[in-house]
Amino acid sequence: MLKLEARPQPSRVMSIASPVLALIITIVIGTVLFAALGKDPLGGMYLLFVEPVRTPYALSELALKATPLLLIALGLSMCFRSNVWNIGAEGQFIIGAICAGGVAMQAGPDTGRWIVVPVLLAAVLGGMLWAAIAALLRDRFNASEILVTLMLVYVADMFLSYLVYGPWKDPAGYNFPQTISFLPSTQTPRLFMGLRVDVGALIALVLVGAFWLLIFRTYAGFQLQVGGLAPAAARYAGFSSRRMLWTALLMSGAMAGLAGGLEAAGPLGQLTPTVPAGYGFAAIIVAFVGRLHPVGAIFSAVLMSMFYIGGELAQSRLGVPKALTGVFQGLLLFTLLACDTLVHYRLGWRHARTRASHAIGTVAVVKSKEA
Amino acid sequence: MEALALLLGATLNAGTVIAIAALGLLINERSGIVNLGAEGMMLVAAIAGFATSVNTGSDWLGFAAGAGAGAAMAFAFGVLVIWLNTNQYATGLALSLFGVGFSAFAGVPYTQQKLSERPQFAIPYLSDVPLLGPALFKQHPLVYFTVLLTLALMWFLYRSRAGLVLRAVGESPSSAHALGYPVRQIRLAAVMAGGALCGLAGAYISLVYTPLWVEGMIAGKGWIALALTTFATWRPARVLAGAYLFGGVTMLQFHLQGQGVQVPSQFLTMLPYLATIVVLVLISRNANFIRANMPASIGKPFFPGS
Repeated sequence: MLKLEARPQPSRVMSIASPVLALIITIVIGTVLFAALGKDPLGGMYLLFVEPVRTPYALSELALKATPLLLIALGLSMCFRSNVWNIGAEGQFIIGAICAGGVAMQAGPDTGRWIVVPVLLAAVLGGMLWAAIAALLRDRFNASEILVTLMLVYVADMFLSYLVYGPWKDPAGYNFPQTISFLPSTQTPRLFMGLRVDVGALIALVLVGAFWLLIFRTYAGFQLQVGGLAPAAARYAGFSSRRMLWTALLMSGAMAGLAGGLEAAGPLGQLTPTVPAGYGFAAIIVAFVGRLHPVGAIFSAVLMSMFYIGGELAQSRLGVPKALTGVFQGLLLFTLLACDTLVHYRLGWRHARTRASHAIGTVAVVKSKEA
Repeated sequence: MEALALLLGATLNAGTVIAIAALGLLINERSGIVNLGAEGMMLVAAIAGFATSVNTGSDWLGFAAGAGAGAAMAFAFGVLVIWLNTNQYATGLALSLFGVGFSAFAGVPYTQQKLSERPQFAIPYLSDVPLLGPALFKQHPLVYFTVLLTLALMWFLYRSRAGLVLRAVGESPSSAHALGYPVRQIRLAAVMAGGALCGLAGAYISLVYTPLWVEGMIAGKGWIALALTTFATWRPARVLAGAYLFGGVTMLQFHLQGQGVQVPSQFLTMLPYLATIVVLVLISRNANFIRANMPASIGKPFFPGS
């Protein structure tokens, strides 16, 4: 019978191979699903993996969707590394978009391009503020940040709905629930003529470097990681778990807020009830698939963006519901977690394990723990 | 008075949804495992129940399908968490995200569908009592089932041998293992029981509470149920009382809207979520109170023989 045996050390090979393996399993299940729906599986895979990278326009759309996912996932990677569970990035994203929109609507006909900076700053602050509520309640009252951040998603969603149906509704918008279209001066600058991808993609790439430095090359990042992996060791070393909590939540909130601001001042250009597109939740998957590593997050954000675009294409061309995207995303995380078992354990045969090898294994484990 | 009686009836109805799910999660957490997938299981169960009822015309088959769907998802979660030692939070989240996607996908053909004529239930004689009669005795049978379930669970946990074993597994899996109890199988059974009850709650939502299918219709009730098990410090009677309290808050907003209160409806819709945060803060403030009641091994993996 197959049995799991603890590895003396986590396998580096498996930690890279596991997401690839998970992707393959997800694709296999996806192929079966397409066939079961009576659609051509190869055509489906073509839409998912080839179509989104075929033309410059498609690449621009791919980058446009990957940007918010990457930004949010960077913050969440750091957060999850420190064992703080912010799963309400969607709410921080919404508040970021609202704050950006609030500033953008102050622009007049002769406002300069500088307005983009306060627009994005407002978004960052908004996201931070929303996450700070969870940090405060966790810090002062020990309230679970999982539940608080999540409940605040619903609250943020309702608040957005209140604004676009109420005080911020465009008076000339034929009663549609939407704000006025923001003036062109508030639009985030685009990178290429005729393509929608904007400066957000560059900001995200710069922040990848910044987060890499922060996590792997600073003392604060080190403290954060120790706190996440071995809370007892962190306490013994005198690292403040409170500061870790605040840092993790404020940083991830800021990133989600920034993503929301870039979305509002970029491709959307106005606020509507459909601002929350689920990026905050999808970014959780992006963070895990990217191994909670800033560079890994780039790959997984692009992959997840492919799922989004592929889902839309599958709907328009094959008549498969767009919701398929969510199925793929969920499946990917689920299979990834299963494959990740192989990072810490290896498969062995139960009867092959003698008492002696067990003893050696135990010694190895004890030694690796001491080391 | 008439309005208050109506509010009471609606409160019982809304409370039942949360109570069934939270009681299931309570069993599940008593074994030492947190399943953050409640929302996803309820969504999939809601569409499974709805689709079954539309196609067969039987609500009871619908409830069975919902419970089955919940248990099946919980089984997948359980295998990962119990045998493959995956992180419970991450795996539960994956289940929720998958449930959101899968239910939306599977539900596409059912968004415009209607259920057969909704049956009316009434307990003879008692339901004719003025005011309270219709509020208390014209409810769906599952409302009464929930009260019985609470009592049964109290007996099970505190008076039966099997309940003692379940609690032992949650408090100290290694001791239970040393005594020869199959810790993993017991945990899997508890997780699946939790999934089945979450599924039943999900099916109740799409068949009785708001009898239709809308994408994302659980709207956070799974998460509220998860929070409720903590507020209620893992005790069945408190779970039931807490669930009715939440049902009351949820229904109060509709009541206030009906009364023409001059508050934008969005703020009223926020009420249950804000109430969850407030209660969570009030209860969690006293860390010792929570810790004294919390199953000691909750959230921690158990790997026998290591």
